[in-house]
Amino acid sequence: MSNIPADLKYTKSHEWVRELPDGTVEIGITDHAQHELGDLVFAEVPEAGRLLTAGEACAVVESVKAASDVYSPLAGEVTAGNPALAASPELINEDAFGRGWLLRLRPAGATHGALLSAAEYAALTSAEGF
Amino acid sequence: MAFIPHTESEVAVMLAAIGVSSIDELFDEIPPSLRVRSLDGIPAALNEMEIGRLMSARAQCDGRPLSFIGAGAYEHHIPAAVWAVASRGEFYSAYTPYQAEASQGTLQVIYEYQTMIASLTGMDVANASLYDGASALAEACLMAVRANRKSQAQRVLMPASVHPHYRKVAITAAGNQAVSFEAVPFSQGEGRTTAAALAPFDGQDITALVIQQPNFFGVLEDVDALADWARARNIFVIACVNPTSLALLKPPGEWGAGGADIVVGEGQPLGVPLASGGPYFGFMTTRMAHVRQMPGRVVGRTVDVSGRDGFTLTLQAREQHIRRARATSNICTNQGLLVTAATIYMSLMGPAGLARVAAVSHARTSELIAALTRLPGVRAAFASPYFHETVLLLDRPVAPVLRALADRGILGGFDLAEHYRGLGHALLVCATETKTSADIERFANALGDLMEAARAA
Repeated sequence: MSNIPADLKYTKSHEWVRELPDGTVEIGITDHAQHELGDLVFAEVPEAGRLLTAGEACAVVESVKAASDVYSPLAGEVTAGNPALAASPELINEDAFGRGWLLRLRPAGATHGALLSAAEYAALTSAEGF
Repeated sequence: MAFIPHTESEVAVMLAAIGVSSIDELFDEIPPSLRVRSLDGIPAALNEMEIGRLMSARAQCDGRPLSFIGAGAYEHHIPAAVWAVASRGEFYSAYTPYQAEASQGTLQVIYEYQTMIASLTGMDVANASLYDGASALAEACLMAVRANRKSQAQRVLMPASVHPHYRKVAITAAGNQAVSFEAVPFSQGEGRTTAAALAPFDGQDITALVIQQPNFFGVLEDVDALADWARARNIFVIACVNPTSLALLKPPGEWGAGGADIVVGEGQPLGVPLASGGPYFGFMTTRMAHVRQMPGRVVGRTVDVSGRDGFTLTLQAREQHIRRARATSNICTNQGLLVTAATIYMSLMGPAGLARVAAVSHARTSELIAALTRLPGVRAAFASPYFHETVLLLDRPVAPVLRALADRGILGGFDLAEHYRGLGHALLVCATETKTSADIERFANALGDLMEAARAA
């Protein structure tokens, strides 16, 4: 069982969402996802100002074996991409829920209802057989 | 391993397993009206001796014309060693092989090719080649849309001075993938793209500007000014260049203050003979910052577990076998054989040899322009610097003149009437190092004679 912080929300496609005090959210991929991908060699994050719809491909993480799209859990406007990942994509492997965040977003609405709780996400990953 | 597809008994077993009586029955859903029942007009098979005679008879119909046509494909001297080496069995394959790393020699050739092309264009990284110059330009436009993240518009500025076939291929391939193209007119007096023509696009969201150098008219664009105009507006610069010319001209990596973002071109001048339009090869280079958006295969140099040098395909996560529908391109092969020839050609010529080819081609073209514009009824179309090709204006329609020259064994250039009607009776002519002073004199005399004869008649 990988690490699944209880204070975050999750998606079925293995993104996490952290609500920040200023009303924006921080988005990344889960520890489980980084473990499945293996050593990351590159991450492409969106530019500030980009408008995203929920479920839109908004970032790419590339490991030595695959490149995968990251889907935005929420609709909104990107306020920042993580600038540290250009030089250090391995931050996602080392600290998926912290320094390995991908983007920050100002949500267009307050509809976080479709997101999974930590318990639901844990059930999902164990159902997938991991 | 012998390549034996399926024996008749295996076919019978497979058909029985799926409950079908014949292979034809598998195609039942294709209506009879669409099927080709027989190939009418195809004669019976010929043996090797017969086909050899037929083909030499056909080849002789071409004659041995003296050609002054460029227009995107250029006749250069190819040292005999180029194809003697490229035709060796070890190299003689059109593709990057499957299990590529088992073919270290092939990968090393591609690696050396990438290194040479990156150096020639002044860029960081090259791919293993694309189909041809025109499709490379189409891929560059699609790449710019992916890589220029400051632009949302998917709009590409395409000057009318870019090769008309390249424009057509780019618009066909990229235009159907939601990229829109805006034409930029050229200056009628200069035959090139000016700042004034770009001014209407100021302040608009533009993804990329294509700059061909030399342009289709053979004219040298003011690449520094164009590149700087684009850079100041976060517009990507796509350079489309003639590789021979780069031995003398500033490489696209140094255009303006920032250089080009993507460089493409037709590789044919580097050791590939003229052959009814192909096969040729396209090249593409870019900056490391954009390498993950570049299409095509890339060979890298590495070390094996024992620390020995080796070559490997790299950055494959961009490619269709891994990235599927979101791959950087789904036209991912390279032109292995032609790249091999080009690599040998560049190795033999070296930077100094290529510079001599370029310089002599330019000198021959100057000589050609002087000889032809001395004739009454012939003048230069543009007062601009040129490389090894230029536009002349005649006092009469070009097509009949070219037919009369062809009767005298001279291919006198490319008629621009179809693509640039507004230019008048415009003829695009080219001379490379393969044309001697005697050849040029022969062309000038023939043109002078037949124009005078027509005037007298």
